[in-house]
Amino acid sequence: MTHPETFYQQLQEICPGRRTLTRHVDLLPYESDALVAFSTKPAAVVLPETEEEVVAIVKVCHAAGVPFVARGSGTSLSGGSMPIKDGVVIALNRLNKILAVDPQQRTAIVQPGVINLKISTAVKQYGLYYAPDPSSQSICTIGGNIAFNSGGAHCLKYGMTSNHILALKVVLPDGEIVEFGSESTEGMGVGPDLIGLFVGSEGLFGIALKITVRLLPIPEQYKTVLAAYDTLEKAGDAVSAVVASGLLPGAMEIMDKMALKAAEAAVKTGYPAGAEALLIVELEGEKEQVEREFAELVNVIEGTGAYAVEVARDEAHRGKIWKGRKGAFSSVGRLSPDYIVQDGVVPRSQLGKALAEIEAASKRYGLGVANVFHAGDGNLHPLIMYDGRIEGQLEQAEKLAGEILATCIKLGGTLTGEHGIGVEKRDYMPLLFGETDLDVMDNIRNQIDTKGIANPGKKLPTGEAPALKMHGMHPLEKAGIISRE
Amino acid sequence: MTIEEIQELIRSSTQVVAVGGKTKPALSQAVDTATPIDMTALTGIVEYEPDEYTITAKAGTRLKTLADAVAANQQYLPFDPLFVQDGATIGGTVAANTGGSGRFRYGGLRDFILGIYFVDGSGNLVRGGGKVVKNASGFDLPKFMVGSLGRYGILTEVTLKVFPKPAEYRTLEITFGSLEDALNGTFALANQPFEMDALDFRRVQRDGRETTMWIRLGGLHESLPGRIGRLTRWLKEHTESQSIQELTFEQTFWDGINQTEWAHGAQNLVKIPVAPRQLQALDRCDSITRAHYYAAGNGALVTADDLERLSETLTGLNLNGLVLRGESDQAILGKKGWIGLANRVKTALDPHHKFLAI
Repeated sequence: MTHPETFYQQLQEICPGRRTLTRHVDLLPYESDALVAFSTKPAAVVLPETEEEVVAIVKVCHAAGVPFVARGSGTSLSGGSMPIKDGVVIALNRLNKILAVDPQQRTAIVQPGVINLKISTAVKQYGLYYAPDPSSQSICTIGGNIAFNSGGAHCLKYGMTSNHILALKVVLPDGEIVEFGSESTEGMGVGPDLIGLFVGSEGLFGIALKITVRLLPIPEQYKTVLAAYDTLEKAGDAVSAVVASGLLPGAMEIMDKMALKAAEAAVKTGYPAGAEALLIVELEGEKEQVEREFAELVNVIEGTGAYAVEVARDEAHRGKIWKGRKGAFSSVGRLSPDYIVQDGVVPRSQLGKALAEIEAASKRYGLGVANVFHAGDGNLHPLIMYDGRIEGQLEQAEKLAGEILATCIKLGGTLTGEHGIGVEKRDYMPLLFGETDLDVMDNIRNQIDTKGIANPGKKLPTGEAPALKMHGMHPLEKAGIISRE
Repeated sequence: MTIEEIQELIRSSTQVVAVGGKTKPALSQAVDTATPIDMTALTGIVEYEPDEYTITAKAGTRLKTLADAVAANQQYLPFDPLFVQDGATIGGTVAANTGGSGRFRYGGLRDFILGIYFVDGSGNLVRGGGKVVKNASGFDLPKFMVGSLGRYGILTEVTLKVFPKPAEYRTLEITFGSLEDALNGTFALANQPFEMDALDFRRVQRDGRETTMWIRLGGLHESLPGRIGRLTRWLKEHTESQSIQELTFEQTFWDGINQTEWAHGAQNLVKIPVAPRQLQALDRCDSITRAHYYAAGNGALVTADDLERLSETLTGLNLNGLVLRGESDQAILGKKGWIGLANRVKTALDPHHKFLAI
């Protein structure tokens, strides 16, 4: 389908010159996001520089009935920022200003194209930071974090993106501008929590133009311990033991043997050799409190059958421990030409069972699976390795991924903890939600987006999601800049 | 009252209003056109998994029941719901979004709600969210329902995240010569490493300047004396504090705050989320008769002699207030700039206007 010439002219008027891209060669880099198994060709990519331009583009799309998707750095792992066929990609990278910082209120107002980590960098001078820390935080944007309610390693204690957004100015799919929330830490505080509804809506409700985030004081002290186990089960049990002790760690992460192997090869982690599983637990807070809690934590860990326990000596050592963990996924590229990463969640007590079922399925399909997960909140990241050049392997890998998701739901969990549904998991939504639940979501969407033009084909299992399959790592991933966790 | 009966009542009535523990009577008061649905019979803890940090309860369950159940496992509800002793229910607490002083540490209800069941305006039982602590599947209807006042659906079940409870608490009472000094104190504290569970303050007399602040620290028994000592020294050095002393019966004090004892049963009680920068402008509003500020000045609970005038002030400040107690045509005071978007959701969930307008 092609659009009338006037449509492109209107886009050109809003974003003149090289800020409206329509040539095949210019569109190529936008054809897929970090879910590289899928790609679609858009009709145009526009690069607005102001809020007004974004609103004007949305209005033009609405009038013409042309679908659009907002895009930041394209790090979505669920295909959430993949273009809609013949639609418009609204690339928000140029709306990248931190508009205001109020250190005394602990708030910052930012544009959607601001990179996650840049907020923390900008407010460090005030002793503050922005808590949500997805592993792609050095490249992913706040706008994308909002669309997908991104998480990270510290969600159990501090929550996800949604818990750190106080106010939003958004443009709805028909061009109406709405502002809600406040600079109070209550956010909305009164009335239905529209911030909660908008964050994680995967672009189906429009585009965030201006965002007020909550900042936190940088913890006075971090204390990190690493424990090596000869079975994965022992590591899982250790997590339960920590929880039962009444401590509330900021992060609890597990890596299995395969993930460790990859990490070691890529970044020379220096982790204890020969582990079947490695557990990282981190406490943070006021020095006096953390030191006493940490003594208790080490005590608990030592009773869990770990064959090696290491305590981070200093900030450099802590950095090294985390480098291995955060780089684990991109490292897997060294073991396998292609992989799919899943994001299912199970109740913490079911981790052992889930891992056993994943292992059995992996053997059945003859495809390797590496596991890295946020054990504290039961968020698994099984990474299914395959070779896209071998006929049928991608399909097999996808089937295995589906089985893993079904297992998570069977065990009382959910499809996605932090990556979102996107195109990748939308067909599994009926496993989790009943017909009525999905109808209600559809009705809400139809009221907010009457023409169905805002990122259609994502999140909800309705409508078309045309996708062309391919394989291979994203170039940024190959370079180790982004990672899939 | 069963879920089926609620569904039937919604289908067969012109309009319905959910009534829980009546601790926020302005939000459930009888409306001529609406059939009341008594939620207090839909009660009970459905599932409590201490190891998962999750608890699921029917909407009519009293907060006290929940609080006692989790306390038995050394856990607590970190959003610190109001009116625990007065008989508030979890459904009403979610619908009104009434978190208390303790929300300062880890956040409010929206930060601890994981899953819900609710009956929509067509009588359908709908599920949103789930029972695990991390979830990005589907629209986040659980959060949307926080503060929804029963105007979009009637909650029947709620799943919450809970946390391990600090082993012990200590509370400092600090006096300042003025509200401004107290506020500046909170600004100075903003980037300090002290991990405070609550930070409340209020002017001692409405017509006086003197302001009292209370800071609560929770943690291990062994670490608290050191932390309290350090905080005390810091406050002396870096703020205009006039006196600092430790409260002896600190739990009793916070229980009193939870029941808004400071309001002395005044007829009108209003919750106002406010940014600390706007707090002094709000405080100057002359229809306010008493004001208690919580979460380091990010929220106010006030009593007022004239709700209409208060609403005008709030409109001028671009703030909203929620009438918890008192006679008012509108549950929400001030200008609702967000109502257009909220109404779109209303049309989806309540096409036949079975619930009151917001």
